[in-house]
Amino acid sequence: MTQENRKFVYLDNAATTRMRPEVLEAMLPYFTEHYGNPSSLYEVGRDAKKAVELAREKVARAIGADPSEIVFTGSGSESDNWAIKGVAQMFEKKGRHLVTSTIEHHAVLHSVEALVKRGWEATFVSVDDQGLVDPADVERAIRPDTVLVTIMMANNEIGTVQPVDEIGRICRAKGVWFHTDAVQAAGALPLDMKTLPVDLCSFSAHKICGPKGVGALYIRKGVRLPVFIDGGGQERRRRAGTENVPGIVGFGRAFELAAAEQPASAERLTKLRDAAIARILGGIPHVRLNGHPTKRLPGNANLSFEFIEGESLLLLLDMYGFACSSGSACTSGSLDPSHVLLAIGLKHEIAHGSLRVSFGRENGPDDIEPLYEALVKVVDRLREMSPLYDEFLKEEGKKN
Amino acid sequence: MYSDKVMDHFMHPRNMGEIENADAVGTVGNAKCGDIMRIFLKIENGIVVDAKFKTFGCGSAIATSSMATEMIIGRTIDEVLQLSNKAVAEALDGLPPQKMHCSLLAEQAVKAALKEYYEKHGLIDDSNRAIFAEAEDHGHDGE
Repeated sequence: MTQENRKFVYLDNAATTRMRPEVLEAMLPYFTEHYGNPSSLYEVGRDAKKAVELAREKVARAIGADPSEIVFTGSGSESDNWAIKGVAQMFEKKGRHLVTSTIEHHAVLHSVEALVKRGWEATFVSVDDQGLVDPADVERAIRPDTVLVTIMMANNEIGTVQPVDEIGRICRAKGVWFHTDAVQAAGALPLDMKTLPVDLCSFSAHKICGPKGVGALYIRKGVRLPVFIDGGGQERRRRAGTENVPGIVGFGRAFELAAAEQPASAERLTKLRDAAIARILGGIPHVRLNGHPTKRLPGNANLSFEFIEGESLLLLLDMYGFACSSGSACTSGSLDPSHVLLAIGLKHEIAHGSLRVSFGRENGPDDIEPLYEALVKVVDRLREMSPLYDEFLKEEGKKN
Repeated sequence: MYSDKVMDHFMHPRNMGEIENADAVGTVGNAKCGDIMRIFLKIENGIVVDAKFKTFGCGSAIATSSMATEMIIGRTIDEVLQLSNKAVAEALDGLPPQKMHCSLLAEQAVKAALKEYYEKHGLIDDSNRAIFAEAEDHGHDGE
């Protein structure tokens, strides 16, 4: 069963990405050569400080922002936590209501839930069966005491791209701040903060071929957040702690490359994704595509295979050399399958059989046929084992 | 996260399939929770001479089904009735804590099959009533 000399194909780029050599190269000198503390006055310190500020300029340029609007954090999750809890704290005297969606990343959902436990109120706007938020629902959910709307730019599981432009305009008209988690959108969609009506926006380096452990929060000029970490004067006194200099340098380089290549990369990955989806849906019966057919991240394919369970599917695909992920309960560590798949109305048993394939810069058309062939074998094998499939076949037999 | 034994039984499941005209069949779990186990038994002279399974579920659900069938073939039905989920998990060199319910499911599937057999043959008495009642309690069959 174990495939000898198998080729390893990484198809989980929504989980994390492989670092680009250019990024690693940019980072290396900041471990051993320019190792100074950016807060120190002597030369190795000044070198490090310059590198951090250059990286800030690169991140700012990649999203059409001013460098003063970029704060480096430790992760996309940290950025989400800061934006949401920060705004809530800032306006706790003005109002204690937040609006979000049912399909947010846990960093957002759990931040909102933590506030709810402490007395805030929240409206969780639902999505349609393709995972889209209706901006009219957001508008209806906004109350006089609403202080923040937080809706992700693109979903990490099913890839659905939200109408954040329209949602942002509604927030602006209502005078409510708008935060969006753009962790999955970076490098995949065009981003321009000059035209996008967003006040706060979260990013992460490791999703765009940068290092793990670095994130950023875009804070629009005029938006003030409470200090997140007290201590030294780093990040203009908003987030203390000696900067992760090599990580920040890597983030700057990664975002610079990702932004420059975004249009071509999106076009290429969209073709790849659509070809893979068509091949799988066309060749394997009882499979459905989750998410929106076109308003989805270029590299994301999320499919549900009926009668089988996602973790088994992943383990067997791994034996064939393919790394993917699933929204089944057994991979989430709880008894329920993914909240996103349930929110788009999938029945539990269909949600348990989901597979997320996320293509990245190292994938190409040559990966599709081997993936398809492995899937055919793995799905056949698991269905043969499945009492649900037996029951389905018996029902079919009765009908005919 | 899985032991080599779990992976071995998942990759090479023993006794996967159905027994036609089985003497007893037990099904536990439900699709909503993501696992269903069905165990088929062939019983001759009070001995389980063959066992097969069909399972919808994660890697450990498939591995525990496979291991459970191996552990009961050749045993008397009274011995099989003593099968515990811990014994199945230990035979697999352990399961991650969040997967222990899979081993419980295997125990319950076997007991559900035996219950059918014991009932059919009027074998339920004071010595085993409590075991079946307990299995029933823990089982989350149906829907």
